[in-house]
Amino acid sequence: MKTSKKLTFSLVLTILLLALLFFLDANKAQYGMAYTVLQKGIILAVVAVSMNLVTGFTGLFSLGQAGFMAIGAYITAIFLIPADSIKDVYYISGVSPAILNFKNFLESGPAWTQALIPYVALIIGGLAGALFAALIGIPVLRLKSDYLAIATLGFSEIMRAVISSPQLDTITNGSYGLKKIPGFSSLFQTFMIAAVCIAFMILLIRSTFGRSFKAIREDEIAAEAMGINLFKHKQLSFIIGSFFSAVSGGMLAMFMRSIDSKTFSISLTYDILLIVVIGGIGSATGSIISALLVTASKEWWLRFFDTPLYIGDFQVPLFRTGFRMVIFSIVLLAVVLFYQRGIMGKNEFSWDRIGKRITKLRASMKHTSKEGGSKNV
Amino acid sequence: MSNNILRVQDVTMQFGGVIAVDNLSLEVNDGEIVSLIGPNGAGKTTAFNVITGVYAPSNGAVHFKDKMITSNFPKGAMKKLYAGQSNGNYTTTMKKTPDQITKLGMARTFQNIRLFKELTAFDNVLIAKHMRSKANFLSATVGLNYKEERAMREETMQLLDILGLREVKDEIAHSLPYGQQRHLEIARALATKPELLLLDEPAAGMNPQETDELTAFIYDIRKKFNLTIFIIEHHMDLVMDISDRIYVLDFGKLIASGTPGEIQNNQRVIDAYLGVPEDGEE
Repeated sequence: MKTSKKLTFSLVLTILLLALLFFLDANKAQYGMAYTVLQKGIILAVVAVSMNLVTGFTGLFSLGQAGFMAIGAYITAIFLIPADSIKDVYYISGVSPAILNFKNFLESGPAWTQALIPYVALIIGGLAGALFAALIGIPVLRLKSDYLAIATLGFSEIMRAVISSPQLDTITNGSYGLKKIPGFSSLFQTFMIAAVCIAFMILLIRSTFGRSFKAIREDEIAAEAMGINLFKHKQLSFIIGSFFSAVSGGMLAMFMRSIDSKTFSISLTYDILLIVVIGGIGSATGSIISALLVTASKEWWLRFFDTPLYIGDFQVPLFRTGFRMVIFSIVLLAVVLFYQRGIMGKNEFSWDRIGKRITKLRASMKHTSKEGGSKNV
Repeated sequence: MSNNILRVQDVTMQFGGVIAVDNLSLEVNDGEIVSLIGPNGAGKTTAFNVITGVYAPSNGAVHFKDKMITSNFPKGAMKKLYAGQSNGNYTTTMKKTPDQITKLGMARTFQNIRLFKELTAFDNVLIAKHMRSKANFLSATVGLNYKEERAMREETMQLLDILGLREVKDEIAHSLPYGQQRHLEIARALATKPELLLLDEPAAGMNPQETDELTAFIYDIRKKFNLTIFIIEHHMDLVMDISDRIYVLDFGKLIASGTPGEIQNNQRVIDAYLGVPEDGEE
């Protein structure tokens, strides 16, 4: 396919997406479900791509995503909760004076700085996640495959326990969690932040560093023999992945408005792992598509399984709260058993690929129609 | 002294009770083609792995371009733990990692081909260029290193051209035929711009005609890239044709060294290796 044609297609797609976003922003009340699903989906897409960077592209099986997300979420939340309502949030054990002073300092700045605070908060949350990743990466990245998964899983659980510990009541509000976090101003804003994060990771994967990550995934010994410093590159991938996990944690806090330590339990990591597996381990665009699909089916399309269903007077059994998750698990089982490559396998989205698919489809359709016409030959 | 590019000094490699390499010393001079031969399990690949930094030796040192890259001479209580003999005076253990050694200008191929299987032939070679790249991850991500990137891609193309792999550059590595996979591995090693190339059984699984082609090919790349070549090989025809000097290893011990003519007439070598009928070479 020609480059100009591809460019046109991409441009049209972008404009359509932007139009959809502005439309939803304008008609938020009518399309509440689509709005919520898109917002949550794109936030999970960021963390899914970051997990894919570490697991799918570098071959480090890390299960610490929820821990890094928690770091980002709590830092972003503390940054963003308005100073007026902070006393109401920490109503049990009071707020640490340091946070109070910090909040007053933040809000004393001129008006234009206020608009920047969410971005600064997300970036600082991300940097904190990256710092933790750098520290635990030194011992943990010497481990291989399942051992690495267990170690990072342990980190994530420790993070959750630390956050909910009573000693940190005046900072994290212990097990009561943080509330009254201001949300995104628009769906457009959410998508812009997510797009920047995802674009950065995709560009990194396509750069010379991304190629080295893939080399490490394919064969560590050969990669090292080709002059790639294993530890440095694993550490780099882990830190960048954790940075974006923490950023998306902050975004999740802004989306949910209230967070507590249970939000970042191990099941969150599994949700993300599931998105990565369904999308294809080693495909960034696969992760994005699957994040949106999985969120939509979980929160929206499969909802009807949770409400009682009547056919005439007959109430269909099994249709009750929670049945949705059973169906979802069955779908997951089917994917893992029969469709291990996921939606995209290791391929990325490209117009060429779609073009090829269409020509193939056309050819096969022509072929079948011809065959139908000349059966006696 | 100064014209040897690689010097292996008293290297012993011991795994538990097994001594894979026993007190091996050898030298490779600038511009030579040197072979290391020996029956299966003689410790040839282990010796390669010590030289390239995959293993730290139990005892001994490796010098590359008059620089010590690996050394371990245990003293005192530690000395009892290994079976080799130490005549060195070093007390510190140092070992450069394989990537550092590659950066110094030593590249290798593997006995059982280790390509990046799921990547294209082009990417396989391009990855080897990464270590000479000066970009950091931020500038590489936003594309500030585009000049360097373009140069890397051009050099990769040239290399693939020289090795006759241009047509298959977009093929996935593991789908290539065996011979081309071997060529690709050599191309990848050459992409690191080595001065010393270590080939681990390059002719394994090749028929006599392909082996002849390989001989010509090795001469060719030596001339084009100004290389010193150190080969592990089983094919006697190839070894006798190509080598300036040969070292013979048996059960981890060096039993002979010399020119091909000398080795062919060495009774110990014939007993240990060439005389064994199963090998079928002769």
